[in-house]
Amino acid sequence: MSAPILPVEERPRTAIEPALASLVLSHPSVLLGGSLLLAMVVAAVLGPTFVPDPFAITPTARLRPPDASFWFGTDYLGRDLFARVVWGARVSLAVGLAVAVLAVAIGLLIGLVAGYLRALDQPVMRAMDGLMAIPGILLAIALVSVSGASLVTVVVAIVVPEVPRVVRLVRSVVLSVREEPYVEAAIAVGTPLPLVLFRHILPNTVPPLLVQATYICGSAMLTEAILGFLGAGIPPEIPSWGNIMSEGRTYFQLTPWIIFFPGTCLALTVLAVNTVGDGLRDTLDPRIARQMR
Amino acid sequence: MWGYVLRRLLATVPVMGVVVLVVFLILRLTPGDPAAVIAGDYASAADIARIRSQLGLDRPLLEQFLTWLAQVLRGDLGTSIFTNLPVTTLIAQRLEPTLLLALTTITFSVLVAVPLGTLAAWRAGGLLDRCVMLFSVAGFSVPVFVLGYLLIYLFAMGLQLLPVQGYRSPFTDGLGPFLRHIALPTLTLGTVFVALIARMTRATVMDVLHEDHVRTARAKGQHELRVMTRHVLRNAAVPIVTVIGLGVALLIGGVVVTESVYNIPGLGRLVLDAVLKRDYPIIQGLIILFSFVYILINLVIDLVYTLFDPRIRY
Repeated sequence: MSAPILPVEERPRTAIEPALASLVLSHPSVLLGGSLLLAMVVAAVLGPTFVPDPFAITPTARLRPPDASFWFGTDYLGRDLFARVVWGARVSLAVGLAVAVLAVAIGLLIGLVAGYLRALDQPVMRAMDGLMAIPGILLAIALVSVSGASLVTVVVAIVVPEVPRVVRLVRSVVLSVREEPYVEAAIAVGTPLPLVLFRHILPNTVPPLLVQATYICGSAMLTEAILGFLGAGIPPEIPSWGNIMSEGRTYFQLTPWIIFFPGTCLALTVLAVNTVGDGLRDTLDPRIARQMR
Repeated sequence: MWGYVLRRLLATVPVMGVVVLVVFLILRLTPGDPAAVIAGDYASAADIARIRSQLGLDRPLLEQFLTWLAQVLRGDLGTSIFTNLPVTTLIAQRLEPTLLLALTTITFSVLVAVPLGTLAAWRAGGLLDRCVMLFSVAGFSVPVFVLGYLLIYLFAMGLQLLPVQGYRSPFTDGLGPFLRHIALPTLTLGTVFVALIARMTRATVMDVLHEDHVRTARAKGQHELRVMTRHVLRNAAVPIVTVIGLGVALLIGGVVVTESVYNIPGLGRLVLDAVLKRDYPIIQGLIILFSFVYILINLVIDLVYTLFDPRIRY
């Protein structure tokens, strides 16, 4: 862009860059987590084209320990575990990302409306309280079991319990911002309601939502694996980390690595996502840091 | 005070109402015929019709909801499709292991996490503090079941110190076998809880440590241990107890997984078996039970605050 004068809204965005640099210097763990996450994303995107067929069955090489030809060993059908784990990374990260985006989008919409329109605030928030009282994993299990296992139902089942938390966060930001003089000024000059919400209030919710989204992404990957492990998740023919570990249960005493390889990958990925989330939280606003924990 | 208790009790009514409504709607609003879903892929038309009338799915939606609401209010959670036993009876049969596992986990977590978090805050930035912070981040990242299998691998298969799986009742099998069998599940389920409570304890204690009354207590020459217990922890108690209450949600989700890993015949296993058999009344009943327990525990914690903090008066 060659325009010499930046619009006013652009200013905070440029201020983040030096903050990001100083964050990486002061929190080496964020750099470590970020690189780990980047490595996982690259592996998930590019990996499946390089690894052997994750569905190829080798009956003569069942439950093999890790060696030069099968890096992570093989499962009970003689399928290459390394290939399956690489494919699993794609499933896990896709579910985490999809859940984070959907939960934030839906929660943002409900939260904006509930926080701004006083008449809707009480009923919406009581509904959210009720939804939050239901243990998330149980709700997800029930949703998957009645609507049939598929990638879409699993994503929806994980999104539903996450939405109330986003709504609460957005609402609290809206409630504090709506009393600010610039919002009152915007209303006073006759700005239409949607414009007030999206132009003046929404930008304030972005930093805390970004942080919340990373945490949701991490917990969604854990929930997906738990659902798969319990046999109530993505259909078993899809090699997700949860499904691989679920199949490994029967042979655990014989071949514990079938659970440990995908388990370690999952733990490291979630750790990386959470570390990046902590870093974002500390950078974007120290005030949010206290609100969120 | 009693007026406040009554108001808080009444405030839980709409929340519980939403829970009942959501649980009711899960089955009705999903695409397709719920009776066919419950009956499974190999059901005959007669089976589907039987389930439909058994669950009252052939009647108008509002009537279904009111019938279901009246049932729940009477404490009747319906009848299991497969065993034909009342859901409440099935829950009563499986209550003991889950309740005891929850108790051992909360006891273990509080006993470990509160001292750990306090020590970390006391020497903030030190080695122990860094370890506690690292642990509290890692504890949230390791899936419960992976941790469970890791502990089985180390302590049961490797060192052969503890049994791999199973459950023994302290009432019929004795306390020794019970403790040996419950040790690994407690450790598994407790890790996230320890991470959660330790982090909260550390943050709160650090806040309180900067307050004037702590400086005064130290200036008086009081022993550091007495400063920490009487002046710091007492003031840090409210947020710590709050996070324990909120953590109950974590505990409930973890119980399902932990019972599955260690083959414990509790409520978590009841849910899972019901999911695999699509025994829907059991799933509904347990979600309602768990949600109500969560709401009530947090209500009780709110009311108990006055014990910890005499400044809070209702």
